[in-house]
Amino acid sequence: MGRYILKRLWHAVYVMVGISMISFFFIHLSGDPVMLMLPADASHQEIEELRERLGFNDPIPVQYLRFASNAVRGDFGESLYYHVSAMELILERLPASLELAVAAMVIALSVAVPIGIVSAVRRNSLLDMGSMLGALLGLSMPHFWLGIMLILLFSVKLGWLPTSGRGSWAHLVMPSLALGMGLMAMFARLTRSVMLEVLGQDYVRTARAKGLKERLVIGKHALKNALIPLVTVAGMQFGFLIGGTVIIETVFAWPGVGRLVVQAIFNRDYPLVQACVLVLAVIFVVVNLLVDLLYVHLDPQISYLEEK
Amino acid sequence: MNSANATFPTAFTEEIQPRLRLLWETTREVARRPSALVGGILLLAIVLTSLSFPLFYGVDPLEQDLLARLQPPAWEEGGSWEHPLGTDNLGRDILARILHGSRVSLTVGLSAVLVAELLGIVLGLISGYYGGRLDSVIMRIADVFMAYPFMLLTISVIAVLGSSLFNLILVLGISDWVTYARTIRGSVLSLKEKEFVEASRAVGTPNRVILLRHILPNVISPLLVLGTLRVANIIIWESGLSFLGMGAPPPTPTWGRMLAEGRVYITDAWWLVTFPGLAIMLTILSINLLGDGLRDALDPRLRNI
Repeated sequence: MGRYILKRLWHAVYVMVGISMISFFFIHLSGDPVMLMLPADASHQEIEELRERLGFNDPIPVQYLRFASNAVRGDFGESLYYHVSAMELILERLPASLELAVAAMVIALSVAVPIGIVSAVRRNSLLDMGSMLGALLGLSMPHFWLGIMLILLFSVKLGWLPTSGRGSWAHLVMPSLALGMGLMAMFARLTRSVMLEVLGQDYVRTARAKGLKERLVIGKHALKNALIPLVTVAGMQFGFLIGGTVIIETVFAWPGVGRLVVQAIFNRDYPLVQACVLVLAVIFVVVNLLVDLLYVHLDPQISYLEEK
Repeated sequence: MNSANATFPTAFTEEIQPRLRLLWETTREVARRPSALVGGILLLAIVLTSLSFPLFYGVDPLEQDLLARLQPPAWEEGGSWEHPLGTDNLGRDILARILHGSRVSLTVGLSAVLVAELLGIVLGLISGYYGGRLDSVIMRIADVFMAYPFMLLTISVIAVLGSSLFNLILVLGISDWVTYARTIRGSVLSLKEKEFVEASRAVGTPNRVILLRHILPNVISPLLVLGTLRVANIIIWESGLSFLGMGAPPPTPTWGRMLAEGRVYITDAWWLVTFPGLAIMLTILSINLLGDGLRDALDPRLRNI
């Protein structure tokens, strides 16, 4: 098990190095990054000054090493637009994004898992067909459009919920529902298919043959085994949530990192874009690492098989 | 048998005919599932409409009519059949814009998936067949791509490169190769140990020929399923990028941009944000229905993707 954990840690480290390289180089894609950051009518002197100040006159490998060593210490330089440390801006906005992502995940799981279980247990019933049709619709709906439709219904027509901003729980309802809907649909389908597989296994038949109550058979014997793929997929989908916050935060004017990155792109604030992208990617890698470790805990076979 | 020396009739009966029969059987198998049939017909209708609408609905999507601003759909009070789905804030016809937008979405969706599949096929075949250091380098790069939130990767690259239809297809395609490469690599790993591959290696068939003629045809069906389902995702991402102002540049009408522009008028004109979204949803729904059917018919192992 120790060896497996070490292997996963090594994996996380090289992935982060790779991500830092992509984040560093994307800004060089267009040729001269300084030209991207300055207005078109900038003077030659202004261009040279900024180039010198940001160290763009050094060889690329030197620039990368400087970027990476600063990034490890949490220093991504100064935002060109706000003139404060990029990291400071991100840390200020991060709680809002995490709140939204966690709320979306909680809503998705708490609705989808019971639906998936009931659908599997009452396979081919009207309830099963209805929920799977709902899941299919949920998967087919772009989350930002769902967000707009929720605003149309609950804010414009009914006047129940605020259209934008952050503050009370009422502000959180629509953005997290819109962000979580796709996941909810996916988890419901996954739970159903995993449960169907598990319910056909010998140990479930044995549990039933022993005369255990159906609730125990499903809740204890079946669900526990069905949870393993669900945890993995939920972890992997956290990246989807982080990507999704970029648009949903724009729809609901939610003051998080996603909106910050979109604004930074329009402000040509590339150091800030770079910092946001890297921080979000690191969060994603760390969450995946944690999920993998949890996975080993849930299913001890994994580390054994990996070591073999 | 070397097909280069074979005469046409033999080549047809030996190589093409069984594949045609397989294709026909697969189509029948897919069509036997009602949901796949509905999805397939719906998608066909959408594609045909997108190709042929100038024949029956020639309204210019860019023509502004400031006297007919924010006109509701025909069945609402104040609407007219001149603009069946109403008009936007500049008096442009919503239906015409949706129809034109379908071309952008379908083009980007299909082309980006083709780019991704091509990259994934090449890298997956090489990685799985040759193994060794090349395999680990490709798979490590794949790990990095997997860990990079897709949306962030695409928006940051588009932000730097600028948004054009070509850049959009390229970026979405390049960001999405990993799933294909991994699927192919997995299949190749098991296929290369099979007798028919060993036999052809033993008679001295070059690796390139083994890969393209013996291995590739056997990994096509999971690719087809995956590709179909990914078209749906790419269309959602394309409309998302358009929504953020990073899609195909104006004045091209796109579904995402229509939603972004309509959002400002949400209190007065519900139709501006409702119809483009419905168009996206119907397209995605048809692709998902067809994709699910294809998956069940071709490769039940992929059921959880």
